Amino acid sequence: MTRFVERHPAWALIVIIAVAVALWLIFAVWPPGLEEAIGRKRVFLNALFNGITLGGLYFLVASGFTLIFGLMRNVNLAHGSLYLFGGYVGYAISASTGSWILSFIVAFILTALVGVLLQVLVFRRMEGQDLRQTMVTIGLSIVFADLMLWACGGDFYQIQTPNWLIGPIELPLITAVKSSGEPVYLRYPLVRLVIFLASVIIGIAMWLALNRTRIGMIIRAGVDDRDILAATGVRIQVVFVLVFALGAGLAGIAGVVGGTFQSLSPGEDIRFLLASLVVVIVGGMGSIPGAALGALIIGLAEQLGSVYIPTYAIVVTFLIMVLVLALRPQGLLARR
Amino acid sequence: MSVTHDAPIQVRNSAATAQRPAVRGWPDIDNPAAWIVAVILLIMPLIANGFFLIEIFATTLILGTIALSLMFLAGYGGMVSLMQLTIAGFCAYMVAVFGVSGNANISLGWPWWLAVPMALTLATLFGTLGGALAVRTEGIYTIMITLAIGAAFYYFTNQNWAIFNGHTGINNVATPHFWDVDWRADIPFYYVVLAIAALCYFAVDYISRAPFGLALQGVRDNPRRMAALGFNVNAHRVAAYAVASFIAGLAGVLQVWNYRQISPGSVSVGACIDILIIAVVGGITRPVGPYIGALVFVLLRTFALDFLVKIGLDGNRFRLLIGLGFLAIVFWSSDGVIGLWQRWRRSHRLQPDPAGGGRRHG
Repeated sequence: MTRFVERHPAWALIVIIAVAVALWLIFAVWPPGLEEAIGRKRVFLNALFNGITLGGLYFLVASGFTLIFGLMRNVNLAHGSLYLFGGYVGYAISASTGSWILSFIVAFILTALVGVLLQVLVFRRMEGQDLRQTMVTIGLSIVFADLMLWACGGDFYQIQTPNWLIGPIELPLITAVKSSGEPVYLRYPLVRLVIFLASVIIGIAMWLALNRTRIGMIIRAGVDDRDILAATGVRIQVVFVLVFALGAGLAGIAGVVGGTFQSLSPGEDIRFLLASLVVVIVGGMGSIPGAALGALIIGLAEQLGSVYIPTYAIVVTFLIMVLVLALRPQGLLARR
Repeated sequence: MSVTHDAPIQVRNSAATAQRPAVRGWPDIDNPAAWIVAVILLIMPLIANGFFLIEIFATTLILGTIALSLMFLAGYGGMVSLMQLTIAGFCAYMVAVFGVSGNANISLGWPWWLAVPMALTLATLFGTLGGALAVRTEGIYTIMITLAIGAAFYYFTNQNWAIFNGHTGINNVATPHFWDVDWRADIPFYYVVLAIAALCYFAVDYISRAPFGLALQGVRDNPRRMAALGFNVNAHRVAAYAVASFIAGLAGVLQVWNYRQISPGSVSVGACIDILIIAVVGGITRPVGPYIGALVFVLLRTFALDFLVKIGLDGNRFRLLIGLGFLAIVFWSSDGVIGLWQRWRRSHRLQPDPAGGGRRHG
């Protein structure tokens, strides 16, 4: 942190000012002039919270993607299919048993199994061949998409939110002050906050596991130099299978989350594949904190953009990617 | 190991380039098969009816030309770009916007000979800018960034109503009509498409042997060494994107004339990936590959439904068939259909023909 301030004082100043402005926008009661200029504060806060929680969802998808890429250099363009598969499995489980938690567990296990199969049957046969991996996973994603369309049809599915999470919660954030002087507080869906909290916990757990445990040390060593790690006697193929299972399982969990927030339908696989591509390009390939930062930026850009400049929302996301590529081609938090 | 390193290995492995003569004249001038194909293509209107002429052969040539621009970048430049269809679609949109169409409030109503050069210029500019962005990265990152550009354009056309008319797209695009010929009528249009496809094919073939193309292949094989020799590596790559964008733009003009309309569906992410499939299935090391791939793709797309129903399966599983076929090709032949055919020919030829190996390159 201090090093960043020392090395880039101008950037640090911009970041500090931006954070201060954002905090003021969130906590202060907006003066009437501002409300007239950019709309009601409730709209802004809702967009902000939607952006942050969407960022949580993007993080779940992108962290699995970047983990698999970071360690194994495996380009898994079928990652979006894993997301959609997890979502469909979660829907089937929650619709048949009525248990929301159980749908997460089953979706995680089943997508992790698919991931293990992918790693053993496909990626192990073409290690280090980026282009072939890309092609094969593109082919697989086409096949998966058609199989899922076959099995589930083209309908929209939404996973039922459990009773104890239904309904909004009042947050201690003032959106407006009534003429009687009584403050109005923001009401926001509880389920989205809970899921966001869960994704933050998953992210921190992953970061801790990678940076503070032995298996994390092995994985990080594998990212840096796979051959030497194998030479020290680590059974690297087992590590690969485990990481692949974890990454795929995260995509499956994200599918259930996405099915609860939004809906599941054919085409969502490509949408989330692209979202995770953009997130990891912005954040930096193979970096978990990078995926978190990228997911937050892209989620916010998408939601704030769709509220304030609806026509150009997608262009904002794209412009962020262009800007990052122009300034830091390796991504914001990449280690290189 | 990145894509830029993979590509040269594939190329070196194929026997075609291994025995390439140092100086070559026009390609295939002494190859009877090429002459037969050329004659068949020229007299096609005598053999085929309107449906085959347009739905199969003209569509094949248009898709093949878009895939050719991808092949040029991937085969000679080592850059796999998934935005070639996006550039073609952008050019098609620009033809509709500048030219005459059913949406009078959007189209500017320029005559086609003004609208088309304008659209081509803008498409080339668009593709070059995208390329300038993509060359900052390598290998798999290039694929991801160009895919992201393609997706951004698709969603943008869906949302923007002022220029791109949202998800309905632009309909009733006017086609050229001069010298008392309706150039969109089946037979003239087929010859227009054939002429432009041939032009692009020979241009790519020529560039591959011109100093620029040779330098590009050098950049593909060993960028650091080329930089040390004084070549501007990134400038060569961006220039390759410019050439490929122009080719893709030409195909885009033909596409919008063919369907007389353009909508976001024709620049969707799936369609972008279809172009990659076409190029890879055909073979990504030679300009003829994309056209073979496009023919396979169009035939499958047109007849898979009937075929699947005939053998008692659900006709809607056409994409499954495409995906499985693509997987099979990628698994067993890194050089697509041409690679398979060449391997078969080599295994059936007892005595190697001294002049035979190098002739097919191009």
